[in-house]
Amino acid sequence: MAMTRKQRRLILIGSGLSVLALAALLVLTALKDSIVFFNSPTDIVEKQVKPGSRIRIGGLVQPGSVVRNNLDARFDVTDGKTAIQVSYRGILPDLFREGQGIVAEGVLTDSRGFVADTVLAKHDENYMPKEVADALKKQGHWKDDYGRKPRDGEGPK
Amino acid sequence: MTAEIGHYALVLALLLALIQGVLPIAGVRLRDSVLAGTGEPLAIAQFGFVAVSFTALTACYVTSDFSVFNVFQNSHSEMPLLYKFTSVWGNHEGSMLLWVLILAFFGALVALFGGNLPATLRANVLGVQAWIAISFLLFVLLTSNPFVRLAQVPLEGRDLNPLLQDIGLALHPPFLYLGYVGFSIAFAFAVAALIEGRIDAAWARWVRPWTLAAWIFLTLGIALGSYWAYYELGWGGWWFWDPVENASFLPWLSGTALLHSAVVMEKREALKVWTILLAILTFSLSLVGTFLVRSGVLTSVHAFATDPARGVFILAILIVFIGGALALYAWRAPLLRQGGVFAPISREGALVFNNLFLTAACATVFIGTLYPLALEALTGDKISVGAPFFNATFVPLALPLLFATPFGPLLAWKRGDLYGAAQRLTAAFAIAVLVAAATAALTTGGPILAPFAIGLAVFVMAGALTDLVERTQLLRQRWPVAWRRAAGLPRSAFGTALAHFALGVTLIGIVGESYFTAERISTIRPGDTIAISGYRISFEGLVARQGANYREVSGRLSVRRDGDLIGILTPGKRTYPARGNSTSEAALLTRGFSQIYVSLGDPNPDGSAAMRIYHKPMVLLIWLGALLMAVGGLLSLSDRRLRVGAPKPARKPALQPAQ
Repeated sequence: MAMTRKQRRLILIGSGLSVLALAALLVLTALKDSIVFFNSPTDIVEKQVKPGSRIRIGGLVQPGSVVRNNLDARFDVTDGKTAIQVSYRGILPDLFREGQGIVAEGVLTDSRGFVADTVLAKHDENYMPKEVADALKKQGHWKDDYGRKPRDGEGPK
Repeated sequence: MTAEIGHYALVLALLLALIQGVLPIAGVRLRDSVLAGTGEPLAIAQFGFVAVSFTALTACYVTSDFSVFNVFQNSHSEMPLLYKFTSVWGNHEGSMLLWVLILAFFGALVALFGGNLPATLRANVLGVQAWIAISFLLFVLLTSNPFVRLAQVPLEGRDLNPLLQDIGLALHPPFLYLGYVGFSIAFAFAVAALIEGRIDAAWARWVRPWTLAAWIFLTLGIALGSYWAYYELGWGGWWFWDPVENASFLPWLSGTALLHSAVVMEKREALKVWTILLAILTFSLSLVGTFLVRSGVLTSVHAFATDPARGVFILAILIVFIGGALALYAWRAPLLRQGGVFAPISREGALVFNNLFLTAACATVFIGTLYPLALEALTGDKISVGAPFFNATFVPLALPLLFATPFGPLLAWKRGDLYGAAQRLTAAFAIAVLVAAATAALTTGGPILAPFAIGLAVFVMAGALTDLVERTQLLRQRWPVAWRRAAGLPRSAFGTALAHFALGVTLIGIVGESYFTAERISTIRPGDTIAISGYRISFEGLVARQGANYREVSGRLSVRRDGDLIGILTPGKRTYPARGNSTSEAALLTRGFSQIYVSLGDPNPDGSAAMRIYHKPMVLLIWLGALLMAVGGLLSLSDRRLRVGAPKPARKPALQPAQ
């Protein structure tokens, strides 16, 4: 059952298109379900982000707010205007400390509480997560000190 | 003086590259063999000057010359010598210089070993290569000069980022860059072919060893980076779908597709236009990767300095090369079209299947990596696209590809016999089902998907062996006959089988790590014992010590199994006073292919400390698989057919090389 040239070409083009369609379908579904939005504490209050949704928040760790009890930690994340209480169980990153910019990913429980399962502090003590810097600028709490140009050399990876 | 020599050598290399970008191509146009032949000495000299420049920077680092700003920023007199070397490329300027060095190195290789190429093709390739070199040399000289001096010489440097003071960093970037930049040769070949308007099976044969070499380095580079992140970042993760990791994975995916499509082109003179496109896209993705990492547009664990001048410059390079090559492609590719159309069930068909799924997977990773950037630029919304996205898109595309892998080599060229191939794979399939069933039985209550994935991995491995068994007729002939047949097989057949086998090995590692990792996170006191996966780990206490340029607090833990002491683990937390930051040093205990992984959290004043303890079964197979893939690539590369090259077409007398 030798196929004609035309049939062969059709099969080639057809299978190409169907793989593309499959990939597009997967991407569209995944973009709907599995992306996480970033919010500043003020965004959460102003946009009235629904509790229960998975989001990222970022800001500075409010000095004096950190309470640790073994592996459980509670601290406030602030953008200078609004503060959200974050609770987290686990080991905090090496560079986590009061006044440090962090990003936390997890679930909002109510308008002022957040349960994080991931806390990211950036690896350079001068480095401010981009989202956090933007959020702070928006609230007028940007100090030039934060923006000190991070040193080059965070690795070529 | 050393820094000035380095700077000056770099300027000279730029001038040589400018000449190399014009003369050989002009020579081909004017049919002047002397002009066309200038490419080789120029490429070699260019490499020489870049090498002088790189050596000069290295000398500045080794002698801790803090009057050089770059050295001051990234080195420290008390740093161990090894890291003085590696910090040369542990920063933006130095790593771009390494990029240029490797680019010039590949150019010189083409000049030295391109003897079997037609003179016109070689001249055009070196010309195109020179333009890439020009743009990156300009980038280094204008925006990222590593040789800038400080007016007032500081007494001490600011130290290298401690995360980078590690042997993993010593090797990861050079390998990655050898991969990235190696694809520039395939790109230069593609553009040269488009300029000539002529392409044939021999072209694929010339391009394949270069692509294969780049692919081997990229595979190793990615694996090294992954292992480095695994033990150095202290989270026990080996792949984060971080944009910077994706940036290296994208050219790997399209480069893998390119390797396979070049085979079709070489053997069957088909898929020519497609192969050219893949060659262009693969290097384009390498450039995109360089842009993502070097411009600082990303927010990622690989925190990086933001300097808009650099970003805009690389973006311009990106647009010129990708846009230019694609425009040339749109203009010239129709002239090339003469490939045959083939039966869907055949070796060619299988390789097309491979290409479709690899490029589709590559496209999904590309979208997942760049979508957040595009969305933020357009709407201001900030999102993060992480593992869930890639698990939902990349994995469903990778699975059918893996399942199809054993079928490909068993199908004949032109017209394959799918039923026959399936029959020959019955044994492999049966073994896979048995292993999957055994896995399911042994890990009752575990995730449903894990036994399936293990079964798939075993199928891929057994399928790769089936191919060799079939080719040597191991089970049908007496041993000596099978041996002679094996000796007669081209090395690339073993290379293919090994690389495909390695895919299965890596998959087992991934499944073991993802589904069967046991984890304990808790605060433990000296004397406490934690039980994990049959091991008993006792915490004996904390010890403080002083390193060369850091202080370290480390925990001492003994690991026992059935009462026997099998190892001592000392996870540490280091503080580097020069930069005031700290790193976790995870401690690993290897048992077979599995590892016990302990990383230390904050020590408390009472001597207790928070710890992460993992048992990661089969985790080493992830990187062992990558290593085997690279060895498979090397076997193929050593194949005589590739070394000898294609039969030489008669050269036009007017274009005989000068020497």
